[in-house]
Amino acid sequence: MTHGATSEPASPSLDKPRPGAPPPGPAKRPAGRLLLGRLTDVHSVSLIGVLAVLAVIGAATKPDQFLSTDNLQLILTQASVIGVVTVGVTFVIIGGGIDLSVGAIVALASVWCTTVATQEFGMGGMIFTALLVGLCCGLVNGVLIAYGPMVPFVATLAMLASARGLALHITEGRTQVVSVESVLDLGGRDAYVLGVPPLVIIFAVVTVIGWVLLNRTTFGRRTVAIGGNPEAARLAGIAVKRQRLMLYALSGLCCGIAAFMLVVLSGSGQNTNGNLYELNAIAAAIIGGTLLSGGRGTIIGSVLGVLVFTTITNLFTLNNLDSAGQQIAQGAIIVAAVLLQRRSAAQHT
Amino acid sequence: MSASPARRFASRRGLLFGGAAASAGVFLAGCTSNDTGDDEEDSQQAPVAEESEGPPVTIGFAGPQADHGWLNAINENARSRAETYADVTLEITEGSNDTATQIGQIETLINSQVDVLVILPADGIALTQIGLTAMRAGIPVVNLDRIFDNPQAYRCWIGGDNYGMGLNAGHFIGEQLRDVQNARVVELSGPDNLELTGQRTQGFDDALANYPNIEKVARQAAEFTVESGQEVMSGLLQAQPEFDALWNHDDDQGVGALRAIDQAGRDEFIMVGGAGARSAMEAIQADNSVLKATVLYPPTMAASAIDLARALGQSRGVGGLAEFEIPSSITLYSAVVTRENVEQYLPTGFN
Repeated sequence: MTHGATSEPASPSLDKPRPGAPPPGPAKRPAGRLLLGRLTDVHSVSLIGVLAVLAVIGAATKPDQFLSTDNLQLILTQASVIGVVTVGVTFVIIGGGIDLSVGAIVALASVWCTTVATQEFGMGGMIFTALLVGLCCGLVNGVLIAYGPMVPFVATLAMLASARGLALHITEGRTQVVSVESVLDLGGRDAYVLGVPPLVIIFAVVTVIGWVLLNRTTFGRRTVAIGGNPEAARLAGIAVKRQRLMLYALSGLCCGIAAFMLVVLSGSGQNTNGNLYELNAIAAAIIGGTLLSGGRGTIIGSVLGVLVFTTITNLFTLNNLDSAGQQIAQGAIIVAAVLLQRRSAAQHT
Repeated sequence: MSASPARRFASRRGLLFGGAAASAGVFLAGCTSNDTGDDEEDSQQAPVAEESEGPPVTIGFAGPQADHGWLNAINENARSRAETYADVTLEITEGSNDTATQIGQIETLINSQVDVLVILPADGIALTQIGLTAMRAGIPVVNLDRIFDNPQAYRCWIGGDNYGMGLNAGHFIGEQLRDVQNARVVELSGPDNLELTGQRTQGFDDALANYPNIEKVARQAAEFTVESGQEVMSGLLQAQPEFDALWNHDDDQGVGALRAIDQAGRDEFIMVGGAGARSAMEAIQADNSVLKATVLYPPTMAASAIDLARALGQSRGVGGLAEFEIPSSITLYSAVVTRENVEQYLPTGFN
């Protein structure tokens, strides 16, 4: 991600304490980095452990079904929509913000891209619409928060309300069924590439791009920096406001992508789409090791968090258990993950 | 049309909070609309009340937020039926799923001294008190669909038969599978936090009890939305490699369920829907999917509620039902729509 080269700090300047700069933030950075490395390892490994346990339970209770190709494809497909949203939200949280509007943006983008008029432009028009609506909503969030200035919680709460309202206004409560064959085909079996559903490929691509963006680019380093200590980041020469704006725009864009994926998956747009995505995405990011206060987190952890939730849902359905138990299990996992986070943080300090 | 409370509400919020979002989308707005082109009149059925014009009546209508196809159809049915009467003025409040908000809206209607109230409560039990308040203030209440907890809180109740929906769905499936040994049936229910879901399931189970060759092998709850229908159904299809019949409580979530079935390439079973959406009826008519029937829960009950409210306001009976007074309770019949009778019911299908 290249942009505004003028204010580009040489990356080591983040790690070096500058003379006269307020000491704590930058000075602690190396230790923080080290800790971050260990933390994410602990988290990713433990989440993989959780997934393994769930897989054993699945294989034990439904030996014929759980590990079948069909079922694994299903788990990944169902994870892909919320997964893409979670990647975007993870960036926002690492950058010290919060985005409560993702579910509503998914709803708005999905109903806008499934209106009769938009469908006349075919799949290209629908993708373009979904991405543009998502991006625009994200930009509005970003402008309000970075230049408003508004607290992220409030600005995205306002977006949550207005985007849902607009989605309801557009649909008038109706389900907008997709009639574009190429879009519907994308969700069918014939579209699989080497046995992988297209939605899963999109999810994988977004994950890889997210990982590279966070770990291998200036954009990623700046995100971590403004989340950990915005004042220090500003003194280090980072354009904090512009960085914030871009984080919310990125989150909005991810919502646009997810909205189109949801349209492919469900074959329709509905104002209730993306219900509670904001909470599910935040929960997945948190159990993936992202600190809600910002400055730390990994894309891999978030994606594993999404997979854990999706696998639980799948296990409950396969065993015909009711949804109440499933919600309780999800709550328990969030608590367990945060406790683990605290313990491992304590061990390393 | 612009008088829709839900829409007015939505657009006002949109202007307040999301003006920026809206204007960001203006670029798209030019090439975007939701005109499905078939906004037909919903008042095909002849009004049941006295046709002759009577004294003017002001009816207050308080419904929940129309965020679902069926609820939207309720509002439209009420509005279009009221428009057919020259002597009826309809005052509609903004729909809300929040109990406290709806109580406030009904109080406003009471204060503005409407002659009759038609209330579809977001939660029947929670709104019982406000129904009592209205009745004590001398405003008769027509309770639509979700029933108040106390008969004193309404003069007349009209609504659908959730238990009957399950019962008729179960009997239809039972008859279809009469000759199948060890038949397996799957249920995709509505949200478990709604009382009506429990009633529908109970009716379904009671009907299936008449058919010893049938076993219900799975039941999972969706959320009355397409997205949840797709998600839950795709899981159910994995869990049940082969079954004979599926009952889905709601046609909106059925759009998602049908999508999941299509994606899984399954067609060894028959599917029965619920509520009576136009898309479901068209699929039944086309007979090119597993969907073979849907059990009605007709939104035209809102039009009937307006008829009853008008009769109440004019102190008249309803033609053919009773001479001087309207009944205290009317339960609609949950007819099963199949390929044989779909043409008859298609005009009542909602979008």
